[in-house]
Amino acid sequence: MTPEQIIPWSIGLPLLGAFGIWITGKSPNLRETVTLITAAIVFILVASLFDNVSAGERPSWVFGEMLPGLSISFVVEPLGMVFAGIASFLWIITTVYTVGYMRGHHEQNQTRFYICFAVAISSALGIAFAGNMLTLFVFYEILTISTFPLVTHSGTPEAKRAGRIYLGILIGTSIALQLVAIIWTYTLTGTLDFTPGGILEGKVAPVMVSVLLALYIFGIGKAALMPFHRWLPAAMVAPTPVSALLHAVAVVKAGVFTVLKVTVYIFGIDLLQATDAGLWIAYMAATTILLASLVAMKKDNLKARLAYSTISQLSYIILGAMMASSLGILGGAMHIVMHAFGKITLFFCAGAIMVACHKTEISQMNGLGRKMPITFICFLIASLSIIGLPPFGGVWSKWYLALAAADTGQVIFVAVLMISSLLNVAYLIPIVVRAFYNDPDPETHDDHNDQDDHGHVAVATHHPSDAGGANQWKIGNLREAPIACVGALAFTAMGCFVLFFYADRIQTFLLPILEGTNG
Amino acid sequence: MITDHLIILQIIIPLIAAPFCVFIRNANVTWALATVISWICLAISITLMQQVMVTGEIIYELGGWAAPWGIEYRVDMLNAWVLVIVTSVGAVVTPYAKLSAEKEIDNDRLYIFYAMLLLCETGLLGITVTGDAFNLFVFLEISALSTYVLISMGKDRRGLTAAYRYLIMGTLGATFYITGVGLLYMQTGSLNIADLGKLIPDVADSRTVQAALAFMTVGLCVKLALFPLHMWLPNAYAFAPSVVTVFLAATATKVAVYALVRVIFTIFGGVDILEAVQISDVLIAMAIVAMFGGSAVAIYQTNIKRMLAYSSLAQIGYMILGLSMNSVLGVSAGLVHLFNHAMMKGGLFMVMGCVVYRIGSAKLGDMAGLGKQMPLTMGAFVLGGLSLIGVPLTVGFVSKWALLQAALEKGWWPIAVLIVISSLMAVVYIWRVVEVVYFQAAPAGRVAVKEAPLMMMIPMLTLIGAAYYFGIDGTTTMDIAGRAAESLIGGLK
Repeated sequence: MTPEQIIPWSIGLPLLGAFGIWITGKSPNLRETVTLITAAIVFILVASLFDNVSAGERPSWVFGEMLPGLSISFVVEPLGMVFAGIASFLWIITTVYTVGYMRGHHEQNQTRFYICFAVAISSALGIAFAGNMLTLFVFYEILTISTFPLVTHSGTPEAKRAGRIYLGILIGTSIALQLVAIIWTYTLTGTLDFTPGGILEGKVAPVMVSVLLALYIFGIGKAALMPFHRWLPAAMVAPTPVSALLHAVAVVKAGVFTVLKVTVYIFGIDLLQATDAGLWIAYMAATTILLASLVAMKKDNLKARLAYSTISQLSYIILGAMMASSLGILGGAMHIVMHAFGKITLFFCAGAIMVACHKTEISQMNGLGRKMPITFICFLIASLSIIGLPPFGGVWSKWYLALAAADTGQVIFVAVLMISSLLNVAYLIPIVVRAFYNDPDPETHDDHNDQDDHGHVAVATHHPSDAGGANQWKIGNLREAPIACVGALAFTAMGCFVLFFYADRIQTFLLPILEGTNG
Repeated sequence: MITDHLIILQIIIPLIAAPFCVFIRNANVTWALATVISWICLAISITLMQQVMVTGEIIYELGGWAAPWGIEYRVDMLNAWVLVIVTSVGAVVTPYAKLSAEKEIDNDRLYIFYAMLLLCETGLLGITVTGDAFNLFVFLEISALSTYVLISMGKDRRGLTAAYRYLIMGTLGATFYITGVGLLYMQTGSLNIADLGKLIPDVADSRTVQAALAFMTVGLCVKLALFPLHMWLPNAYAFAPSVVTVFLAATATKVAVYALVRVIFTIFGGVDILEAVQISDVLIAMAIVAMFGGSAVAIYQTNIKRMLAYSSLAQIGYMILGLSMNSVLGVSAGLVHLFNHAMMKGGLFMVMGCVVYRIGSAKLGDMAGLGKQMPLTMGAFVLGGLSLIGVPLTVGFVSKWALLQAALEKGWWPIAVLIVISSLMAVVYIWRVVEVVYFQAAPAGRVAVKEAPLMMMIPMLTLIGAAYYFGIDGTTTMDIAGRAAESLIGGLK
């Protein structure tokens, strides 16, 4: 297959897979095999583009004209390649994890779940490969809608409420702000193609640059910049694999990926540098980093805490983009990768704890590390990567972001990044300490507590066999989650470690995106 | 050659078929006849469209009498476009009508129903095709009278008052229109639309002509239900038999919008009337109130047919807003929305027809749990609803894109903001339904219902499918609307 043919196949195959899942829905084993095989092939397809792109090729494919003069078209460039690679690779791991989780958790409507999941991945790949802003917007909206049934999976009133917030904020910001920005750009420039160096230079009055930029950045609600962040904690009512892959990787990274794309290929770093348009948004991002971390510390529900941590980490990337320097862009792009592996591991752990021990609240996790050592060691590894300590991948992206801040003379952002790391320590490490050093609570029959104080629905309604059912993997005294779950989370935790050594490879691969800029 | 007479055949065929229905009296035979006729009409309009694309404007002189003394029928890009909209909806509605009408209309009156449906289509096609301002009035009355009958045919007796209300309002509107035509005739001595376009610039300063414009605009705004002249529409749509609602929502208001376009851009085209007497400000203000008012009231409706009717009021606001912008982009946005809205709203009303067919009610509360029991029908509702919201890949998105582009091109920022805000209100009223249908269990007393019959499902999915097909490839529709708009605006310069 030529690289040009791979593009439609990698976006279309998950849809074919979704159809296969629908047909085989009656037989869970077959259905999950279909999912797994689809995920594997999609990853192989995406990965096979890697050499072409790193050799400087830009494979492209046009689906057709949607509006006069505007096509649905795709171009693979390094930034999109990285995002597509991450999303499709982690889809495989998540599928393995999901099989263990959904069965261990006795979830309903699993076929619908797998179908929507596949559609969501397809649209994430569409976003990654989009060749112009219209195409990106189309897939951006499909991603929102296809994940709605996943967020409201349980169908409870709580899920319904969360679904409203989810849809309201994501559709609202995208149509009211982003779409206006896109059409405005089109009226100004007559094109929406992603062009190295940007398309707006000289086409827009300097004072309006920051207005347009604000419409874009706040319009990309998936990047969860405050005050449009509420949808992300709300989305945590979804089953954990959704929170892990979609609300720590695919959906939110689609948001910050769009931010980077807009910064680099629509505005161009030079234009932003010359006008300082991004500066005030950078301050908003810095505020979000700190505020979200502070909120995270107060959350007792593990998934809620991780959600706020994600909001904070996403703003690192927005900050990197808005500083309008090459280093900032590189740091932001690398953080997409580093944070993906770290945060997906943390969510996998949260889900594993929920499946094996039905614990959702951090305050209930005393001594759990003795029963689930693998899970909590992986939790520690991922935490260290998120905090940004060697020898884990997270250190590099933070390093570049701090360099960029120093380079642009914004010492205050260096300070923000450092304080944020300390806050990360403060909200992540105590969980591990509690799990290993505190004595276990006396066993109560409160294990089936479905709701925490925020009303988050955490546990499915029915557990026919807690003792030795599909939801535990016993080795001696250990009570780990099913092996599919533990294997997946151990694998991604390893990834955090491996990435530490491959950071420069990623950086070299990404460098060409800065072509056409002086900064 | 018969192809030379296509224009008149477009009108004559359904007109003659209508009385035949009354002679035949057998429900099934009349249905078959109506279906065949509606498909012939579609074929004719598509042929006309192709001819216009190749040769440009087609003129047909009735009885060989030359205009401006004789009546002439004229088809250019704009007429052909509206003809295609009306006939394609007609062709999809008639197959759908059989089961839906059997359920909702007394069976011994079904033949009248089909006769009236054909007459109504005749009237709408006549308004579109005629090049004579008085002849337009005649067809306006043909379509209106048959519509009154259609609305009152349902078993719900509230349909009678709705029809009566429409009768009063519609008659007022038509009277206003004909008064305007009379005043123009007084000043110019002509009734031919194209001829009037040439004569008016010389007399445009007279009060009489301006009064004529006011009468005609207000009269047609009643017919197209622009706020605040919309009072007849919600109840008419809500209490008419479902299939009638489908047909009217997708065609009747569209044709009235077309007539308004003709008045403003052809009859008064020579003097750029939107600027000259500044009616564009009035129309824009009314359109915006309609966009917000319609959507806001839609949110609080418990009858979903009524909710969709209020949503139509808002959508009519978008059309009028586009036209009032007085630019090629704006007018083409308004014209493309004629088609796009016909597809999605027709599809959505068909969904409601299926719901009424199965559960006998269009109330939101009664629809709980239908997501599980009628998955395809409700899936179509969600898809149509997404189009109403204006999500990409739907026709709604194409319309919104065109409208926003037109507003931004003019630098009308506040208008652009209002457009997006009002379109977000659609999220609220659509999602209200989605939540009830998917998240609430079916009421205990209701017998489990099945999916709607195939004969209703296929037309419904066709319209919803069209809403996506022309949303993914919006170039054809945008191109036609753009060419029609250029010829209208070009008439000014």
